[in-house]
Parts: sequence; C-alpha cells; structure tokens
Amino acid sequence: MTPSPSPGTGPSPSPQSAPPRDPRARGAGPPAPGAVALAGVSKAFGPVRAVDGVDLEVRPGEFFSMLGPSGSGKTTVLRMIAGFESPSSGRVLLGGVDVTRLAPFDRDVNTVFQDYALFPHLSVRQNIEYGLKVKRVPRAERAERAAEALATVRLHSFGDRRPAQLSGGQRQRVALARALVNRPSVLLLDEPLGALDLKLRQEMQIELKQIQREAGITFLLVTHDQDEALTLSDRIAVFNAGRIEQIGTPAEVYEHPATAFVASFVGTSNLLQGEPAAQVFGEAGTYSVRPEKIRIAHPDDPAGPGEYIVTGTIREVVYAGAQTRFLVDLEAGGHLVAARQNLAESGADLARHRGSAVLLAWQREHTVRIDT
Amino acid sequence: MSAPAAARTPVRRLAGVLHRHPGLRLAALLSAPMTWLALAYLGSLAVLLLSAFWTTNEFTSSIEYRWTTANFLAVLTDPQYRTVALRTLGIAVSVTLIDAVIALPMAFHIARVAGPSSRRLLLVAVLTPLWAGYLVKAYAWWVMLSHGGILDWITAPFGGHSPGFGVPAVVMVLAYLWLPYMVLPLCTAFGQLPDSLLDASADLGAGPWRTFRSVVLPLARPALIAGSVFTFSLSLGDYLTVQIVGGTTSMLGNVIASNVTLNLPLAAAVSCVPVLLIVGYLLAVRRTGALDNL
Repeated sequence: MTPSPSPGTGPSPSPQSAPPRDPRARGAGPPAPGAVALAGVSKAFGPVRAVDGVDLEVRPGEFFSMLGPSGSGKTTVLRMIAGFESPSSGRVLLGGVDVTRLAPFDRDVNTVFQDYALFPHLSVRQNIEYGLKVKRVPRAERAERAAEALATVRLHSFGDRRPAQLSGGQRQRVALARALVNRPSVLLLDEPLGALDLKLRQEMQIELKQIQREAGITFLLVTHDQDEALTLSDRIAVFNAGRIEQIGTPAEVYEHPATAFVASFVGTSNLLQGEPAAQVFGEAGTYSVRPEKIRIAHPDDPAGPGEYIVTGTIREVVYAGAQTRFLVDLEAGGHLVAARQNLAESGADLARHRGSAVLLAWQREHTVRIDT
Repeated sequence: MSAPAAARTPVRRLAGVLHRHPGLRLAALLSAPMTWLALAYLGSLAVLLLSAFWTTNEFTSSIEYRWTTANFLAVLTDPQYRTVALRTLGIAVSVTLIDAVIALPMAFHIARVAGPSSRRLLLVAVLTPLWAGYLVKAYAWWVMLSHGGILDWITAPFGGHSPGFGVPAVVMVLAYLWLPYMVLPLCTAFGQLPDSLLDASADLGAGPWRTFRSVVLPLARPALIAGSVFTFSLSLGDYLTVQIVGGTTSMLGNVIASNVTLNLPLAAAVSCVPVLLIVGYLLAVRRTGALDNL
C-alpha cells in the first residue's frame, strides 16, 4: 500500500544532490561542457548566507529557470554568473572555462535587468549599439546588427526615441535587444517581466520563448512566478533559503516535487502529513496530490480501480472562472483542495455545495511521497 | 466629513474663495517674492546699467547726470581694462576646471564608494569650511603662502617653494573656497545614479574608464554645469582674495572697488563686463538643460 514513487526520469531530483560532473552521465547528447556550471558556490553577506553550496549545470541552448521566493538567493546566483558579485567560495564556469575571478566586462554573458537599466541619455539605437561600440565593431556592421535586433523585438521605428518616451513593455524589449545584439553564449534574465501587467507579461512570455528558440542562445531566467517558470523553461531549479531544493523539467517539478517546499511553492499546497496521512495511505509520511487530479464524488460512491479515497466536508467553494476550487475538511483530519473544471456549472449554483459531505478520489500514481 | 454651516469661519470662506480661483491663489503666493525680485534685484541692475551712462566731475568726483557712452568706450578700448578682464576670465575658468577635476573623484567616492558612516564624515568635512568666515580662510592661505610658511616647509624637501603671492595663489585660494559648491551637486547626481546602469555598462563589456566616460560623466553633466555656474560666477566677482594673496594682481572686482568712490559711472561700466560674461555663460549652459537641476 505504498504510493508509487516518482519515476526515474532524468537526473535524480533529490534535494542538494550535486549534478554529475561528467555530462555524459546525463545521457544528454554530446559531451559538450555546460553553458553555465556552478560548483559548490556560496555567498555570504556579513553573517547572512544568501547562497549556500549551490551546484548547477545549464546545458547549451537550454531555457533554464531559477525559481524561488524573494530572498531565496536566486538573484544573487545570477549576479555571480554575470560577475557583479564574487562568490565567497566555489567556482563559476562558462562553457567549461573558470570565470570565477573575471570581471563582468570579460565574460561572454549579457543581462536583462529587472529595472531594464537603459541608459537615459542615449537613444534606443545608441543603447542597443553600446555593447558593439565598446567592442569596436565597425559602424556599418553595428547599424546592421542594431536594426536586426530592433526587428527581432518588433520596435523597428523606435530607434531614435529616448527610453523615457517608451512604455514599460517597450523598454523591456529594448533591454532584451541590447543584450541579444551582442550574441552572448548565455543570456541572463533577472525577473524581466516582473514590472509588466498580466496581459503583457503573457504576450512577452510567448515572445521570449520564440526568440530563445530562434536565437539558439542559452537563457537563464530568474523568477518568483511559478507559472512563468513552468511555461517557459526546459528545466527549473527551485530555490529556497540559498539552496536548490530540486532541479527538473516543469513536469517533474510539478508532478513529482522532491520536497514539501517544492510541493507548496510550485502549484497549490496540498500536503497531507502525520495522523491523517497514516489513515489515508496506511503509512505515516508526507504526501502531496495536485488539486486537479482529485475527483469529487458522492460520499456513497465506491472507489474506482487503483484509487485512493477519502471522505470529508466541503468548507469553502471558490469560483475562479474556468475552475472551481473546493476546500474539503477530511474526516481523518487535515484538509485538501480539489479543483474541478466548470464544464456544466456556473458560479451561481456552486455556493450550495458548502457544508455537504463528499468523497475525494484520485489515482494512486498521482500521489507523491515526499521525503523530509 | 461634511462641515456644518457653523464651521464656515472667515478663514474657511477665504480658503474656499482661493480654492475656486487659482489665479488669485497664484497672485497671493507670488506677489511678495516677485515684488522683491523686481525692485531690489532687477531694479538695482537697471540702476547699475543706467549709471554707467552718466559721468563724473573730475575735480569733485560728484556724479553729473549727463548722457554719455564714454565709460563703455573706455572699458572696451583701454588695453588696461581688456587685460584685467581677460585675466579675470582666465582665473575664473581655471578655478572652475580645477574644482571640476578635484570634485569629480571626490564626489564619486563620497556618493558611491564610501560606507554610510564615512560618507557622513566626508560630507561634514566638505561642508564645515563653508561655516568658517571668508576672510579667516583667505588669511589662513596668506599665512600658508607667505615666505617661510607651511607651503615652503612642505615643498622644501622636494626642492620646491611656495608659489608666493600672485595669479597662481589667487587660483589656488579661489579653487579652495568654491570647491564645496562643485562637490555638493555632483554628490547628489552620483547618489542618484542607479547601480544597475553601472552594472549594465560592465555587462556590455565596458571597463571602468569606459563606463565613467560613456555613462557616469554624461549623466553627471547637468550637476557639473550647475557646480560650474557657482565656481565661475563667484570667481568672476571676487576681489578680496586677490587683495589678500594676489600681490600686485588685480581683477575686475578690484577695478570696480577702487573706482566706486572716485568714478561711480566708470565702475558701473566695468561691472557690466562680468555681468555680461555670466549672462553669456548661463545662456550657453541653459541649452543643455542643466539649469533645471539648480
């Protein structure tokens, strides 16, 4: 009666496990060095350990996200890769070369800053050409590449404007173009969409993904937005308190969270532990099941094949447009959230469910046992 | 929150009237300072300009209200005045350049490098001399510059000696006196410079010197110009420092001061020169938008 463990897809998602040094061990194509690799990187600000022994390897051409709450160390890791901070210990490698001691201007990476950091005294075109000019790229080539970059971010006719004359979304694109025009081996993005409103953010997510695919550049994104990380990334590293809790594909991280923190930070927290867990699963431990995997049924219904069942009472009903979420107090103790697509029902009839007894059922393989 | 009718005191009624009439509000706010500006400030300038067209009785030195352009002709044609005017301009430009060169790294250090406690200490160190009397500071320099003074003592091991009293001494002392007026606006400008702009420049491949030239300096230019307006105009109008440490050197201020009692109209004509120089400088500077930050 033990829940099915997470299938062994990809590298072990157990927390704090160092990625294998030899890329061949991953079975990830040719033994090319990782675009970015961190080995035992720590950073202390006074007595505070902002980053605590992080190991990480980002594959070339990958869209990799560092996801975590504010203060979890993800931005500090990005700043150490860019060279704005130097690690207290550990090594930073770019394309297999140790750059730990190199200044930012000697590293083949470019950054899109959270506040965009456009030069206010330069026009959009001059901003984009800045990096090329510093590297003494000839004028004609500079103009050509800047025009190309402007076209990529769909701002053809904005070259002569000042950053102050642009909207937030346009500034964001200029920041992206200014970084991309240098054709870096790795592009670092520090909460690039954080200041945009929801609609614009979703549009830019699609564009970002498209640009990454076309440019074939490794993207390393820092975000606290789990939807953004799940939508955009090939792989995600979930940060908490200066450490990596889990590295995996969006599906791995979402469906098989390695720790209670990942289970609650990515998606809705739906944890069962202690006595209720022992009653439901027959063995004590910490378990997680995603709300949309749970079927809501009449209390007298039998369990389907291969299902866990649990009875409870609906405490709260939350209508959320496409979905309705039911907060159910379990008879065994504790509570679960179950989500249901609003296929037939509309908001008006939902309130009457409050207080009624229900049966919750879900497939056994959708249960994740978390080792804490 | 609606006020009862009883609360409509005369003060509230007046406030209500002012609220409904923005023009009246503006007039009440600005009439006093504008009157002061018009009468005391522009008025005295007008009198100055006017008096430059009068003349004096050569024996009694009393003013005769006869319309003449002789004073201006004298100022423009007499090579003596031209020399003094050019010397004054040269001194003011030198003082401004020296202050800019000293203040740029100083302000950058105070605003961006120093820690919070040493930043406060440095700012106090820059500001304290402003509290000391002008004459005290000028005479302190006189003591330092004099033969056998502290500058002689310091430079002697290297085979040097005090520059003595003259134009170099005047430039040194004026640069010292007006330095805080250059440091403070630059401190503000550097303090407002976002870290991310410096990071972005480095990120795009620029070394420290390139970042300073292409990002820091252009963004600090308005503050630099604001500071230079102070150092330039204060140097242009100074006449005490040059009397104390200038030896036999004279600046426009000395010419004006020595003529005020003897030939007021000529003094007025001479004082139009620094006024015109400053107006010209301000007009040139205004086009850069630097005066928005004053």
